[in-house]
Amino acid sequence: MKVLVPVKRVLDYNVKPRVKADGTGVDLANVKMSMNPFDEIAVEEAIRLKEKGVATEIIVVSIGEQKAQETLRTALAMGADRAILIVSEDRVEPLGVAKLLAKVAEEEQPGLVILGKQAIDDDNNQTGQMLGALLGWGQGTFASKVEVSGDSVEVTREVDGGLETVKLNIPAIVTTDLRLNEPRYASLPNIMKAKSKPLAQKTPADYGVDVTPRLTVVKVAEPAKRTAGVKVADVDELVMKLKAMGVAK
Amino acid sequence: MTVLVWVEHDNASVKDATLAAVTAAGKLGDVVALVAGQGAQGAADAAAKIAGVSKVLLADDAAYGHALAENVAPLIVDLMSDYDAFVAPATTTGKNIAPRVAALLDVMQLSEVLSIEGDQFTRPIYAGNAIATVTSSDAKKVLTIRGTAFDKAATEGGSASVETVSGMGDKGLSRFVGAEIAKSERPELTSAKVIVSGGRALQSGENFHSIIEPLADKLGAAVGASRAAVDAGYVPNDYQVGQTGKIVAPEVYVAIGISGAIQHLAGMKDSKTIIAINKDEDAPIFQVADLGLVGDLFKVVPELTEKL
Repeated sequence: MKVLVPVKRVLDYNVKPRVKADGTGVDLANVKMSMNPFDEIAVEEAIRLKEKGVATEIIVVSIGEQKAQETLRTALAMGADRAILIVSEDRVEPLGVAKLLAKVAEEEQPGLVILGKQAIDDDNNQTGQMLGALLGWGQGTFASKVEVSGDSVEVTREVDGGLETVKLNIPAIVTTDLRLNEPRYASLPNIMKAKSKPLAQKTPADYGVDVTPRLTVVKVAEPAKRTAGVKVADVDELVMKLKAMGVAK
Repeated sequence: MTVLVWVEHDNASVKDATLAAVTAAGKLGDVVALVAGQGAQGAADAAAKIAGVSKVLLADDAAYGHALAENVAPLIVDLMSDYDAFVAPATTTGKNIAPRVAALLDVMQLSEVLSIEGDQFTRPIYAGNAIATVTSSDAKKVLTIRGTAFDKAATEGGSASVETVSGMGDKGLSRFVGAEIAKSERPELTSAKVIVSGGRALQSGENFHSIIEPLADKLGAAVGASRAAVDAGYVPNDYQVGQTGKIVAPEVYVAIGISGAIQHLAGMKDSKTIIAINKDEDAPIFQVADLGLVGDLFKVVPELTEKL
């Protein structure tokens, strides 16, 4: 079966986001961008399924500006077979992304779509679930283990309080959590090889999808600064304060 | 406006996260609570007593027993013809279900809402390093609520009626296989009121167990770790608190031997009170800590554990 892996180009997780002085957003000019960490885990999982003989082809897809090509090339260098870039210079919300991905899924007929559980820029944690809804497929969100057998997939999910396992009919949606795997690094020869792998370019209009945002960002601000705390002299003072706060008896 | 609130429950009682969602929903309008489950009459009765809830809908069916999104979302969508907003706590259950509801309603969800002022909502982006104020043009709103951002509604004082509703039952897309819930006595990281976290300075997994865990047990706290401690193999990576790990906002967060790198702060700086224990008095963690103790954790933490 084919596996479809959507990937997003985001501000590198090591970079401290700076809110623009005019409050219109976070400054993304001249800062390091990379693949969303949860999407790296998704690509890795797809590659492992291919190595096990479960997946036959891995298609990576990204929606965003032209520069998202770099993110797709990274995924190709890790081991994906081909890429689709849906170019939009404007912001596309999870609902719009899910609608576009649903069209891609209808075209490509994958057995699994593996997404990251959330992108570390907008922190929405919506796209996978929305795609599940639009396609009418089952969803295994926050996956820490994925096992395909025949026409179903068992997904172990990280839930509040522990783990939960669900069995889904294939085709299905999986979203990755941190514990699923350790993504590989692309080797130099594979980075070179990735340059010649196919990368198709599309637009939202090619799929007939209206991606007009439903949410308007009024402003983006720095979070409230925490007020400076106090240093305690010794353990006794700390114990006293903890008791005063009701944390300790 | 009438608001449908997802109730998180264990069939007999209502979980805390729901109470904050009720408060948030109350800012939008009249609150109706939805209890979906199997054998959940007890939870419905408990929900009826929550202050601010005007009615409880009980959907009792084997299909809703494990809150599978594939089965629950169509039930909610069906009910939503009578409501203007759907509000769920931003727990793993809420996060799993709400976007599926939103897409079926063809609306954009507002995730992890921190405040509601008129038609404006605030929510954290970039792991809490920025706060976005947004408005929605959708006719119906779907929200998940960050539990620590709203006061909890009182569990007594309400006297709502319980009404039974039915849905379409099992969609046959998924089924529950099993669950492995908290092997330890410790609370779960993302819902804990107190968290004790350790960093690289612990030097080994043995030290982590012998120093961090006894303190956590004394405080009834969950145990967390920095990425450095996870990468060094002291603890498994489901302990990781930070931008790519778990984002937590407990009442009290105790950071031990954690310098306070931005990726770690991103995961815990919304905690109500932060306590830092570190031997380096210039460590960045002290810039966000409400209470700081400069000292050698190998001496200070066992002493603290003993004196509590």
